Amino acid sequence: MSLLSIKNVTMKFGGLTAVRNVSFDVGATDLIAVIGPNGAGKTTLFNTITGIYTPSEGSVELDGKTINSKKASDITSLGIARTFQNIRLFNNLSVIDNLKIARHTRIKYSFLDGIFKTKKYRDEEAEIIEESIRLLKLFGLEEKKDLLAKNLPYGAQRKLEMARALATKPKLLLLDEPAAGMNPTETKELSNLIHFIREEFKIAVILIEHDMNLVMQIAEKIFVLDYGNLIASGSPKEVQANPKVIEAYLGAEIDVEAH
Amino acid sequence: MDYYLQILTNVGIFITLTLSLNLINGYCGQFSLGHAGFWGVGAYASAVYGVYFALPVDPALNMLISIAVGFSAAALCGLLIGVPCLRLKGDYLAIATIGFGEILRIIIMHTESVGGPRGFTNIPKWTNSFWVWGMVVLTTLFMLNLKRSAFGRAIISIREDEVASETMGINLFRFKLFSFIIGAGIAGIAGALVAHDQQFLHPNNFNFMWSVCILVMVILGGQGSVSGSIVGAIILTLLPEILKLIGSDISVWRMSIYSALMIILMLTRPQGIFGPHELFEKKKLQKGRA
Repeated sequence: MSLLSIKNVTMKFGGLTAVRNVSFDVGATDLIAVIGPNGAGKTTLFNTITGIYTPSEGSVELDGKTINSKKASDITSLGIARTFQNIRLFNNLSVIDNLKIARHTRIKYSFLDGIFKTKKYRDEEAEIIEESIRLLKLFGLEEKKDLLAKNLPYGAQRKLEMARALATKPKLLLLDEPAAGMNPTETKELSNLIHFIREEFKIAVILIEHDMNLVMQIAEKIFVLDYGNLIASGSPKEVQANPKVIEAYLGAEIDVEAH
Repeated sequence: MDYYLQILTNVGIFITLTLSLNLINGYCGQFSLGHAGFWGVGAYASAVYGVYFALPVDPALNMLISIAVGFSAAALCGLLIGVPCLRLKGDYLAIATIGFGEILRIIIMHTESVGGPRGFTNIPKWTNSFWVWGMVVLTTLFMLNLKRSAFGRAIISIREDEVASETMGINLFRFKLFSFIIGAGIAGIAGALVAHDQQFLHPNNFNFMWSVCILVMVILGGQGSVSGSIVGAIILTLLPEILKLIGSDISVWRMSIYSALMIILMLTRPQGIFGPHELFEKKKLQKGRA
């Protein structure tokens, strides 16, 4: 059984159909890329999966259970985490506090445990700090744990956002343009990191990306959106050769000899 | 001596109020301007208990019940006002809470059984500095421990970024409502203290200007900082008294001095005296910044 299945999802905003009748399945440890020109509906698709939008038609199923009428916060506790195209960290909080907040849905102590600082609270907080530091180490951020998130360099902010998403203990990680604004060296590092995340945490990853080198290099399967339609899917090779994809990106081929 | 004791009591009451608004405004980032309304509801509810329903028991026990009554009444108002208002954001929320704060005051003004516009008299004197400062200590501990628990972190994350916060699995509405109810309830406790201290209440003591005054204390100290709220409340409660001591000529200029101070503060230190930090964590954070 697939981890996530999207069935005939359509998302309309008034007269505009941003995503039209899209269906696909994601397996438990798949590494998938969603590509398409600007305005193709990629981020909208992410927003319907994470519950920020409720799809107008169709259903989103996680582990066989429909989740599309659930709140974004509930979907996180079911195991979907994401990052944002324009980084959304808790800017005025420290790096480690950003990760601690992400543990929210996994907290077992009660409100009163927190107010009276019971043993249960202290034990669990100690565990949260330990786990957060371990996660920061994986991302090479442990020395910056007391810095404010807004004071991190851009690349480190992207990493922190990924670490924060992983701290929610997801089964599926959605990355919205993780390489945006990165230089080629950083992008290379990012591709290793994404591979590493998948191996280390044994989760599925879906990424939206415009950097085709990155996509072709790491994705096992690619879905191509254009004007809200799913126009192609398959391995990087298949997608690259698909005339519809070439048309969407480069425009239709014109028969030169006719002129 | 009594005069100084009264000032000390007032400082304690305003610290409690400022801490309670700091939960809503500083921690959660919800711009509420109706806080004096909750204060008034707590004050009148506990006064009604004191005048009409007082049990024939020890004043200390009666005070405890009175505080519970003040808390519950204000928290209930917080719930009733929070449910419709917290769907709004920023300026809209501020305007809606001004409206509700004034509605609460006007309802009190037109209720004959609590004295209406003549004010509510003959409230039993049950409180003293011990009660006031006991409540200050309890509220401070509550706010500090809340800030360090997962629930406080969830509330603070809402202030930082609502969308990201929701993506972390935090139910925005639930936590906003929670801070609104607890903030209102603690303002109600401050109300109970003021009622049984001054033994007289007037609806105009809980008008919009007081909401602004409490908000100024929060902002002066630094939004989100417990130490800041305490310092802000102390400074702004003592300032008029100090000006009075210097000379009555100056106290005429009180409001002008207030305003000038606020302008200077906002220009030089817009995040308030402490920013979002606490007194004893400053060192660690400065090291982190380097």
